[in-house]
Amino acid sequence: MATAFLKQFTNLEPEGPAWLTAIRQRAIARFGDVGFPTTRNEDWHFTSPAPIAEATFEPMRAPTGLPDESTLAALLPGTADWIRLVFVNGRFAPTLSRPDAAGGVKVMSLAAAYREEPSLLEYHLTQRADIVDPAQVFTAINTAFMADGAVVQVQPGVSTPVPIHLLFLTDDAATGGVSHPRVLLVAEPGSNATVVEQYASLGGSRYLTNAVTEAWVGDGSTLHHIRLQQEARDAFHVGTTAVHQERDSHFLSFSFATGAALSRINIFSGLHGRGCGATLNGLYILGGSQHCDHQTRIVHAQPDCYSRELYKGVLDDASHGVFNGKVYVHPEAQKTDGKQTNNTLLLSERARIDTKPQLEIFADDVKCTHGATVGRIDETALFYMKSRGIPNTQARKLLTYAFAAEVLETIPVDILRDGLERMALERFTGTTDA
Amino acid sequence: MIHISDLRASVGDKEILKGISLDVGAGEIHAIMGPNGSGKSTLAQVLAGHPGYEVTSGSVIYQGKDLLDMEPEERAQAGVFLAFQYPVEIPGVSNAYFLRTAYNEVRKARGEPEADPLEFLDIVADRLKLVDLDEAMLQRSVNAGFSGGEKKRNEILQLAVLDPALAILDETDSGLDIDALRTVADGVNKLRRQDNAFLVVTHYQRLLNYIVPDRVHVLVDGRIARSGGKELALELEARGYDWITAEQGVGA
Repeated sequence: MATAFLKQFTNLEPEGPAWLTAIRQRAIARFGDVGFPTTRNEDWHFTSPAPIAEATFEPMRAPTGLPDESTLAALLPGTADWIRLVFVNGRFAPTLSRPDAAGGVKVMSLAAAYREEPSLLEYHLTQRADIVDPAQVFTAINTAFMADGAVVQVQPGVSTPVPIHLLFLTDDAATGGVSHPRVLLVAEPGSNATVVEQYASLGGSRYLTNAVTEAWVGDGSTLHHIRLQQEARDAFHVGTTAVHQERDSHFLSFSFATGAALSRINIFSGLHGRGCGATLNGLYILGGSQHCDHQTRIVHAQPDCYSRELYKGVLDDASHGVFNGKVYVHPEAQKTDGKQTNNTLLLSERARIDTKPQLEIFADDVKCTHGATVGRIDETALFYMKSRGIPNTQARKLLTYAFAAEVLETIPVDILRDGLERMALERFTGTTDA
Repeated sequence: MIHISDLRASVGDKEILKGISLDVGAGEIHAIMGPNGSGKSTLAQVLAGHPGYEVTSGSVIYQGKDLLDMEPEERAQAGVFLAFQYPVEIPGVSNAYFLRTAYNEVRKARGEPEADPLEFLDIVADRLKLVDLDEAMLQRSVNAGFSGGEKKRNEILQLAVLDPALAILDETDSGLDIDALRTVADGVNKLRRQDNAFLVVTHYQRLLNYIVPDRVHVLVDGRIARSGGKELALELEARGYDWITAEQGVGA
């Protein structure tokens, strides 16, 4: 309940610099003023936050113990040489982390950054994610309560040789609790980096992860951001990624969502220099009564930029998917080239998708297209497979996997793409080799 | 091998097959010819179990079993294979996985052990040569982005891997240039044995220069209007279909 968060804030002993404390107070005050959104808010029309708003989440308790390396390795196989920060129940776990600061990239916990990188934080932290919009109060709550998280700074001209893995876990002690992870990614000019942000559960139920990631992508730099939402099936997850792009920069995002009872994932990017590209792709695979809502927003503020979006959903049982893709083209953003696609495969009569493209174009020399399809398994392909001896059930699963694979193939990190393809194939067919 | 008796089939209210009777024995190649819309492809699809057609009467006995009572996958597992006129693209499923899954399902049905990926690669490498396809195609998605010729050769590759007792080729020659046609025909000829049979559906006689049939049947308006030896195909090539249609007194 709203009052619970307001009360928790009065007991909070906030960490960090004085300027941040002032922003925390503004953020909680904003939340106090506007409260949780309802479905009357246009941005929450298809997703009621009531299950979160009506519950009371205590600050998440410390983990009962720490997972061993083999448990961590199983969550994302083949990543043993990656830079990694691990958080359990919202708390940084230094003994599980490999924050390799060499090679031109600084990777550290938020608490360490308070001490070591105060000016970097002052320049970027809280500058990208909006706390004023009533639709974004979860960002305001995160801003008020943020305690731990990750800070990544890629130095100018540096290409990170390995991806950076930010792993947010829960264990049994997370039950009924809330954590507010905060991530700041800074890709300095001419740099190139891949960050994998993974939210997964080793235990715990009915907890809330309320995450915010801010990214600044400097002149001529490329940032790949791959986000995995694999929370416990009865958990809640709200995550916002807010990105600021400078001239000639590229931001490539992939959102993979299979977990949580109710999840809301916002991916926002502002293209503030000429010649930028934003590619936002995603895949959600839902079953049972899961609800997953993706909101994307691309703001074309400058000319000669492109944006590409491909979101796919596989919905079974009585699950409910939502995709709302906003594209704003400012009057000065001539020669904008935008394309948005949302394809959904419904595996059950009871599954439901609400898909809504929202293009607001104020420039006259632009190319912006959108398209959405909702379909069922292709009967022609099904007969073809059966005519080769593949039984009906297996053929259906294979076709479902194939639908999902088209968007997974856009993931640039081989080991991750293969890993997620295996995860999807295993979910659909029970085998791991395609 | 297969005994088709007075087979009738419809799509909705429209009857397309109007009583087909045909026997194909082991070791034989039969050609089904006929003008467009005569029901050639329907016959092929009905034998494979396409759900879009309703069989209204007649029987099909395949190796002593009631074929019409079997699901499409059961027919395939029992050794019936249809090479599609329009092979289906399946983006996202590799040829290797598709072929191996099909191969293992057929093996399982025969009570034979399944092949692991490495064993299977050996088996398929040999068959690839037969249709002049490169091993790299195994990693590509099934038929996705294939040229017309590649799709047809891929059908014959599947035929070679699955090794059916009864292979039905539905207009496999359509859209093939002469070199591809030779490759496909050579592949089929190498697969001929005394214990298998082929039903070759074609509009043109051209393919039958390379795959020489034992019997030729001409389908007109859902019925077999005439049957004969391989010379019937040559006569059709010279005279067209009109004379048979006229003899039947029906429109094509």
